[in-house]
Order: sequence, then structure tokens, then C-alpha cells
Amino acid sequence: MRIRVDMTRCQTHAQCVFAAPTVFTLDDNDELSYDAAPDDALRQAIEQAARACPERAIFLDGA
Amino acid sequence: MRRVAIVGAGLAGLTAAQELRRLGYDGALVLVGAEPFRPYRRPPLSKEYLLTADDRHLTLADGDLDDLAATWLLGHAATGLDLPGRRVLRGTLPPVDFDGLVIATGAGARNLPDGGHLPGVMTLRSLDDARMLRARLADRPRVVIAGAGFLGSEIAATLRALDLPVTLVSPDPVPLHRPLGRQVGALVADLHRAHAVDLRLHRRVTAVTGDPTVRQVHLDDGTALPADLVVVAVGARPRVEWLRGSGLRLDDGVVVDGNGLAAPGVVAAGDVARWPQPALDGELLRVEHYSNAIDQGAHAARALLGYPGRFAPVPSFWGDLYGRKLRSVGLTGIRYDTHLVASEPGGRFLAEYHRDGGVVGAVTAGFTHSLAHYRDLIAKQMAAPVPAPTPFRAS
Repeated sequence: MRIRVDMTRCQTHAQCVFAAPTVFTLDDNDELSYDAAPDDALRQAIEQAARACPERAIFLDGA
Repeated sequence: MRRVAIVGAGLAGLTAAQELRRLGYDGALVLVGAEPFRPYRRPPLSKEYLLTADDRHLTLADGDLDDLAATWLLGHAATGLDLPGRRVLRGTLPPVDFDGLVIATGAGARNLPDGGHLPGVMTLRSLDDARMLRARLADRPRVVIAGAGFLGSEIAATLRALDLPVTLVSPDPVPLHRPLGRQVGALVADLHRAHAVDLRLHRRVTAVTGDPTVRQVHLDDGTALPADLVVVAVGARPRVEWLRGSGLRLDDGVVVDGNGLAAPGVVAAGDVARWPQPALDGELLRVEHYSNAIDQGAHAARALLGYPGRFAPVPSFWGDLYGRKLRSVGLTGIRYDTHLVASEPGGRFLAEYHRDGGVVGAVTAGFTHSLAHYRDLIAKQMAAPVPAPTPFRAS
């Protein structure tokens, strides 16, 4: 699957890191990085991450 | 189940609706909301929205609300619940029949016992509140904020960004005393002072006076603060008035069991719900955080459809103060032992909260990347098998 994060919206609430830690990570400067093409098996965790994001900055499958 | 009513069109109610559809529920879905708006983001009301009045900050669901195929009954609050008749009452408007009910009416702002209705005294909870508050800011008022929790602290920071004179009054020894504890709250006090907030701690507002509008705020040490605008941010009260006499257990919110049920076919979620938190040996908790509205809204939907599972979330909250991002995970605050792990002159810090010798929570500004580690740790502890409850025996 493909995902995209609108980095202009990200406010580092870390909710996506909690929901899908193998997809979303924060570096030592609290900058978010993520796997834009994660395995389909992670879909449920990623949907949870998208829902938990207070900025609604995570988009799935080209949305 | 063919007819679900969700009372409360906020984040918890919306999340419940989305989860019901995600799980394949294809019956009727009716959302009842007191405000005339579809769900929107509340956190910006004390921050970006107050600065810019830009509605885009409030967009919650990115246009997917129509996919819910729901009926929206907005602008009129529910006035009662007829549980045996399975109906939500709406005053003189037609009732809403249901076979499944989600209670998500949230919480309303508490006000001051004395003078709270004087013009110029405001609370901030809804979009209408924020619009009224913002309309007053153009006159450059001298502002007194009662209450130094998240809301009061964030409003203070926002109004200082507008360079308005702000006095922040709290009966507690530090701001954010309950969620952060004394040591970390002291760091927040330093932040307020560094931004020229006149911080009055250990002080209660005893009265607000003025004619025809507010002129003075009186404190319990006899001080009279001049004020053109008073913002009351002293907490919220769960909206359960409409449920009185319904037969549901009401005790600082709607009490639900470990599975999220208030009664057969009736669930509750968000600010209004009180549930037994397994990590605190089943103590009843009511949590007003954004993340809880989402977690519990989704859990309530699953409970309504009969999926078993206790609600045992790892909590998380946040706040934004003067460009600092305060971030947390787990159980935090005055009830636990604080261990300040790192504290830098620039304001970055990391604090752990311990209970019975183990870490149960963490709060940080600037070390958010550390929270993933703590969440792992806490989630493992919370998933650990808990002793079977003692069977209830009537004596």
C-alpha cells in the first residue's frame, strides 16, 4: 500500500508512532519519517494511525 | 441491530459512527448534535483559531462525512432517554427510535459560582464560544483567566502571542498541577512567567464585579485585579442532565462496565463516559483527552456490535505552549512519583511517572521521540495478566 503524510500539518503528537511504530518514527530532533510503501499486512495499524492523528495528516492509497 | 442512534456529534460520536461502518454495520445511523455543526476539531479553538479565525483549522474528517450515510439531526440537544421504549427524546421534536445507542454528549464548561454571567465573563468550549471570545480581542482587553489547566494555560499563551496583558489565576501551587505534578508544573510556571504572564498561584477567584460589564476580579487574598475580559477555564462537567431518571447509572458521567456497556445495547464514550481502568485496578475514570474520545468511540462501536474486549487504552495527551510541544503517554500527574530525567535550560525536558516502583507514564517537551519506548513499556505492563476479580456476593 501507499501512504502520504502532509508534513505541513504534522505537529509531532506521536500518535502514529504509537499505532504503527514500524511505519512511523521520530528522529532525535523529533522530526517524523515514515515508510511510504508499507506492507499491506500493516493496513489495520496504519488506519488506526490515520484515525488517531489529531491533525488528520495521514493519507492512504493516494487519497 | 438495525437502528443506531448516536447522541453527541463530537469526536467520540463521529469515531463511533466511522467504526460501526468500518465493521460492516449497514443499518440506519442517526447522529443527534446540540450544536448546529457537523463534527469539528476543538483543540484549535484555544490556539490557531483564536489567532486567525480560519475555519480550515477546524476541519476534522476531510470530506468523508457523507460516506457515513448517516442522518444528522443538528442544532437541538437530546432532552431525555426513554430506555424501555428505546427512544431518545428531543423536547417537542420527534423522538429518535433506536435499538442501539451511543452516548457521547461530552462535557460542558464549569462556570464561576459568583459573577459568571456578567457580560465579559466567558467560557471556551464550542465554536460559538471561540467566535465570541475572538470578537472581544480586537478591543485589546486586559484579560484575567481563571484556571491554569490545559485550556487556561493555552489561552494564556495564545493571548500573549497577541500581546494582550494576561493574568492567570489558579488555586493550585503550579499550572497543570493535576496532569503533570508539581515538578513539571513548575517548568510550565517558568514558561508563563518568561512570557510576561502575571501568574497568581494559590489563589481563588471569589467574585467578579462590574456594571454593566466586568471591571474587576476579586481574589481570596483581597486583591482586586482590573479586567475587561474574564475567561473561565475551571474544568468541565459531563453532560448527563438529559439522562436523569433514565435508569442509567450516573456518577460524574455515565458509568459503563469493563466492556463499555451502560445497559444492554447502550454504550458511552468520550468526555461523558466513566469506565473501570484496568491499569488502576478497575478504578472508575473519566478522561477528557482527544485521544480518549477516539479510542473509546471506536471501542464503544465494537461493544455495541457485540465484539468482546475490555477498554484498556494507554492514554496520551498534549498541549502547545509558546511553541513548546508538551507530549505525554501513560498515566501522569500528582498521583504518581515524578522523576525528572532531563531538564535543559532551553526548556526541553523529560519526566517519568512511577507507581509502585514501575514507570506508568512520561511527559516531555523536545524528547517526543522517547515516548515510543515508554509506550511499549507501559503497554506491556498493562497487558500483563491481572488477578481475576473477586466474585460479587450480595450479603
